[in-house]
Amino acid sequence: MDGFSDIGGPAQPMLTIQGLQKHFALKKDAFGRGGGVVRAVDGVDFDVFKGETLGIVGESGCGKSTTARLLMQLITPTAGEVYFDGRTVGGRDLPLKEFRRQVQMVFQDSYASLNPRLTIEDSVAFGPQVHGVSRKEAVGRAHDLLARVGLSPQRFAERYPHELSGGQRQRVNIARALAMQPRMVILDEAVSALDKSVEAQVLNLLLDLKSEFGLTYVFISHDLNVVRYMSDRVMVMYLGQVAEIGPSEALYESPAHPYTRALLSSMPSMDPDHRTEEATLAGDPPNPINPPSGCRFHPRCAQAAPVCSQHVPAPVAAGASQGVSCLMAEPGKGHPLASALLRRA
Amino acid sequence: MVRLRDLSVTFIGGRKPVQAVSGVSLEVQRGEVVALIGESGSGKSVTLRSLLRLHPEQRTRMSGQVQVAGQDVLALSQRELVDFRGKVASMIFQEPLLAMDPVYTVGAQIVEAILRHEPVSPAEARQRALDLFERVRIPSPELRLQAYPHEMSGGMRQRAMIALALACRPQILLADEPTTALDATVQIQILLLLRELQRDLGLSVVFVTHDIGAAVEVADRIAVMYGGRIVEEGTVRELIRTPRHPYTLALLKSRAHGAMVRGRRLETIGGTPPDLSALPPGCAFAERCSLATEACCAAQPAVIEFSPGHRARCIHTRLVADATAVPAA
Repeated sequence: MDGFSDIGGPAQPMLTIQGLQKHFALKKDAFGRGGGVVRAVDGVDFDVFKGETLGIVGESGCGKSTTARLLMQLITPTAGEVYFDGRTVGGRDLPLKEFRRQVQMVFQDSYASLNPRLTIEDSVAFGPQVHGVSRKEAVGRAHDLLARVGLSPQRFAERYPHELSGGQRQRVNIARALAMQPRMVILDEAVSALDKSVEAQVLNLLLDLKSEFGLTYVFISHDLNVVRYMSDRVMVMYLGQVAEIGPSEALYESPAHPYTRALLSSMPSMDPDHRTEEATLAGDPPNPINPPSGCRFHPRCAQAAPVCSQHVPAPVAAGASQGVSCLMAEPGKGHPLASALLRRA
Repeated sequence: MVRLRDLSVTFIGGRKPVQAVSGVSLEVQRGEVVALIGESGSGKSVTLRSLLRLHPEQRTRMSGQVQVAGQDVLALSQRELVDFRGKVASMIFQEPLLAMDPVYTVGAQIVEAILRHEPVSPAEARQRALDLFERVRIPSPELRLQAYPHEMSGGMRQRAMIALALACRPQILLADEPTTALDATVQIQILLLLRELQRDLGLSVVFVTHDIGAAVEVADRIAVMYGGRIVEEGTVRELIRTPRHPYTLALLKSRAHGAMVRGRRLETIGGTPPDLSALPPGCAFAERCSLATEACCAAQPAVIEFSPGHRARCIHTRLVADATAVPAA
């Protein structure tokens, strides 16, 4: 098994997502009531460029983790296509097994991600062996990687997952992902369960590994500070759709979508003299079973106008590196504040 | 309202005894909000739970003094303890879904709590439950009282949990990571609600969190815990602006505004939190501390008081003060 070489050149996105949808059907109860459909991901288009870190943020239920699982093909999309370096994932040119060598994932729950009956060394060496690497070579590579993520192989190789701390287990998961020599790693809340001091160590490690191995990251987190720190571009999701996408500094400094603004202002102020006085968003994230009509954010939006409940704002254009899905960014649609916010792209 | 004197908690029954809390002293005044912050295993939740004596009696050794609203909690009989919990002091937990009974409606649980502690009629108790639901701003409260815990969203459940905790008009509210499991947008709503209730009802609140940001939003004073001890204590302003313990400083550096600048490596605290079953004789933070010297490892550093109420347990506080002379953020 060798590393993979670039195919389409640096300009071709590593990953192109088109019209991705995932609907989960709800079971009816014994009386035939209920049913309905959870629109977890409902029409999402975006690109992940080579060598970048794309951050994905949003409240729980916005579809960020479902999107990650769809990218990995851990669940089958209801509709839509995933292209990896120009080739259809699961198509003739790129069978699933080959795709999964090139894209790896790290999950939030470091303990549930590891087989409790395998030693750390065996866990890390398992994947390459499945793909035809000899046991001896796979173990050698596992030791190198364990050392690289800061776990001395002499001390840790023979241990079992329950003998490690959360931070150490997450390092093992990272080593295991890298054992496949992937080109892209999806990090789904990979540092969320760690203590702050340990989190900082793992973030530094992720940045080092990225430049060392030339990786592309999709970094999913609910922690807005961490996403800003890690990402080149950030995508904000709301109820299964993309609200806004853009370079991380621009998005944090001048958010275009009212939801992005509200999300950012709900971060604690860290200033005892200027405590937050008012919550910018009332209520909980709504249920993706019956999303509101028109713009899905309009029931919670401070700038909502009557037109917002009638018209669906144009989605962020496919392939755009920057964009917002809001009627205020579409002057012709009749939102009274439309001129206040010009499309930035 | 709350006075802890040299509280130590040891869990026995495992292979090795675990010294979760070693000599914590803390006072909380009437109407004051104190936040206990620290990483997992720092002893913050264990300290909080000691205030209601929630630890399993068989496997826990507690020493020191725990006084809550004038009562000696460690001396209460089982019967007195049941009267005390919920009535004098009550607690909000991190995960209300686990804290509430899944087979009763939320309304029934609140009514039960009121009837257990107060001589009122069931009708009066139901009315009080309804008032509480309005108080914590649950939309369509009549309907929601009939809901089971699993039928509510996370934020709604935490509001219901707060209503349940306030059901018997306690003087002291204990909150164990009440917003950790919530989205940032919901977290700020719950924090603002807690602040408002605390002010209106004159509650004393002890609030446990690992998130300095949340502590700054609600607390008057902060106590930072590490390895089962309070390493620094002071007003929110003192702690944020002029930290004196290297651990507090490191925590702030990992979070304060401008601390995470893209392209710059994060300043980390090396190593891992201490093993509570084998605590060193000296400062527990010494092995991770950049300022540590031999004296740190030899014996527990003494507590130094900088101004009334601002204390730290470190022998190098002068060095930390120099390091923060130019404000970091």
